[in-house]
Amino acid sequence: MATITISRTTRKQKRAALILAGLAILGIALGLVLYALNDTIVFFYTPSELAQKNVQPGQRFRLGGLVETGSLVKGEGMTVRFAVTDMIKTVPVNYNGQLPDLFREGQGVVTEGKLDASGNFIADTVLAKHDETYMPKDVADRLKAMGVWKEGKGTGP
Amino acid sequence: MIAETGHFALILALVTALIQFIVPLYGAQRGDRALMKVAAPAALAQFSLIVIAFFALMHAYVTSDFSLVNVWENSHSAKPLLYKISGLWGNHEGSMLLWVLILSLFGSGVALFGSNLPLELKSRVLAIQGSIGVAFLLFIVATSNPFLRLDPPPIEGNGLNPLLQDPALAFHPPFLYAGYVGLSVSFSFAMAALIDGKVDAAWARWVRPWTLAAWIFLTIGISMGSWWAYYELGWGGFWFWDPVENASFMPWLVAAALLHSAIVVEKRNALKIWTVLLAILAFSLSLVGTFLVRSGVLTSVHAFAVDPTRGVFILMILCLFIGGALTLFAWRAPALKAGGLFAPMSREGALVVNNLLLCTACAAVFIGTLYPLALETLSGEKISVGPPYFNLTFGLIMLPLLLLVPAGPLLTWKRAEAWPVIQRLWAAALATFAIVMILLVAMARGPWLAPFGVALGLWLVLGAAVEIAERTSLFRSPLATSWSRLKGLPRSSFGMTLAHAGLGLAVIGIFAVTAWREEHIVAMKPGDHLNVAGYDVTYLGEAPMTGPNYSGDGGRFRVMDGNREVATLVSERRRFRPGNQETTEVGLLQAWSGDLYAVMGDRMNDGARAMRIYFNPLISLIWLGTFVMFLGGLISLTDRRFRVGAPKTARRLQPAAAE
Repeated sequence: MATITISRTTRKQKRAALILAGLAILGIALGLVLYALNDTIVFFYTPSELAQKNVQPGQRFRLGGLVETGSLVKGEGMTVRFAVTDMIKTVPVNYNGQLPDLFREGQGVVTEGKLDASGNFIADTVLAKHDETYMPKDVADRLKAMGVWKEGKGTGP
Repeated sequence: MIAETGHFALILALVTALIQFIVPLYGAQRGDRALMKVAAPAALAQFSLIVIAFFALMHAYVTSDFSLVNVWENSHSAKPLLYKISGLWGNHEGSMLLWVLILSLFGSGVALFGSNLPLELKSRVLAIQGSIGVAFLLFIVATSNPFLRLDPPPIEGNGLNPLLQDPALAFHPPFLYAGYVGLSVSFSFAMAALIDGKVDAAWARWVRPWTLAAWIFLTIGISMGSWWAYYELGWGGFWFWDPVENASFMPWLVAAALLHSAIVVEKRNALKIWTVLLAILAFSLSLVGTFLVRSGVLTSVHAFAVDPTRGVFILMILCLFIGGALTLFAWRAPALKAGGLFAPMSREGALVVNNLLLCTACAAVFIGTLYPLALETLSGEKISVGPPYFNLTFGLIMLPLLLLVPAGPLLTWKRAEAWPVIQRLWAAALATFAIVMILLVAMARGPWLAPFGVALGLWLVLGAAVEIAERTSLFRSPLATSWSRLKGLPRSSFGMTLAHAGLGLAVIGIFAVTAWREEHIVAMKPGDHLNVAGYDVTYLGEAPMTGPNYSGDGGRFRVMDGNREVATLVSERRRFRPGNQETTEVGLLQAWSGDLYAVMGDRMNDGARAMRIYFNPLISLIWLGTFVMFLGGLISLTDRRFRVGAPKTARRLQPAAAE
């Protein structure tokens, strides 16, 4: 009889220990997730939102809109300059690197980077529409809401 | 006419699925054997009908029948045959048809190979499979019919997205779906067990091979997708923590956890409730993945452009199945009897830790993938959660798991001592430590953490070697004895060792390429040289080239290793005829030490081209590792006890086999 009662208590204790260990791991993981979210999240703005938001130079964010027609200038080596617009405000962008295949003037783009002191956006990543069915949805949504969205030319009759 | 037959077969399949769902379930509740026996033939009939529908659509694709909207939108007569066929599942409607085809294939697999299942369990499993079939067939017939006609039929189709015209991507979806949908069988078994109120070793033994099969397919599917992203997208990376990649990765993680916990149910009759919950979660995450990819809520390279009604429909299916399953779980799980006891320090304990960590890692990925969606819905704020988040959380959660993997298989069941395990692993630990030291000294470049990451992978590989040496008592008994022991090992144990070693190889590759990649972005004119990782790369110039349905420019690079010419790489810029879409083809030189990866970019003002040239050290190990994991799963799947089936039979057979 004694053995049975012992095994009952240990069963309960063991289950409690197991659950506690599980909760401890989950707790640590949750802390980690919150910390990482706080630290690594990048906000998305269109040029007019950027104008309202008072974003400090040096803070990372994504800037999305259309590549302003006629704004693309290829500079020394791999540097390029272009402007991102939402038809209300325009932000000049400097980028040192290779542009994606589907980067076109007049079409949607998302860039990631930070502002410099003079209000230029220094991009380190440029994401263009990846193919005809992929577009930066962030951009498409905002631009559609503003009524200036143009569907990409490409497939379709 | 053939298309109409296909459409009709699809509707009949829906009706058959409905019968497969309702009749056996009712029969099992009533104990009516005749009604229960409806399940297997219904499953086979449903499969046959979907096969007819599938091949009807395939026929339309192969013959370029542009009177079908779906074919017109996604195919082109000038496409190579392989891509005409794969074009079928390169779009939403066709890929859903493939989805239900595989679903019914798994259902009929249970019907055919489940002859040793108790009739009640089998009919309930097939009924649940039938219910999933009903939901998705209804979805196809109501919102995504691939057999819609166009009048008048156009002369030429729109063509398949050129990025998808690639061998790896032609086979990637079938494997991935086989994985997603394979988890439906584990789900059905879990639901049937909850209705039954019984989970035992036999149940676990039936569930494990199906979970294993699904996991194998997911492994190879994800690996193919990553390979495609690596050499077709031309970004030089192999994994982007893109939402759609995560959608396939989450079920993989939970399926891996389920594989491990089902062992505990089978061997020790413990962790039953948890295992049932995992089976439900694994398939739920498959459904979440399907929803994410098809509802249009996410933007991704891989996502289909879909209209919102479909998203709502899939969301309803999702809520119905996940909600229903969890409700049933809450109601019936307490009825499952708790099983064997074990000490925290034991094989069972190690498997619990494995499960906790895998599920926590999955939860971290889940939060990172869905948080932006939730935040946008709640506050309208748009954010992106990128690789830094995932690398930090997922990496740190996986770290203890990877450290513990070699120890797990060396622990004994029920109660184990730490000391003997440490004794057995000290040689592997010492070797790993030595490698860290060597790498720390030799690799001046890169983050100081990288050698530890590589060593972690090595630790897994060496741990697997120690494990096999222990089981065969290598070096402690004559070689002949070890050899006969090796031959006597069950295949599932080989499979496990291989899979763990494969994981180690992949970890080595991931850390090496992340830390020590060489990246050059330069403007080059014909004749320009570049030194990349000891190779001398010369840009020779470009020439126009044409393919079956594209034209473009090919840039040629000569690669010299010292005075020896190693290869000439060609990177192409292709313009595909329908639509003038541009894609980049990577010039790739693969070697064990690493890949030389050359991409030709835009033309600059002065006639030079913008080139991106990478050296990705040891990157092949990532795919080699996943392949070894796949192989391990496959070997484990052929294990005798899965073929023999129920444990009772196995026990009766064993003495006879020994004589």
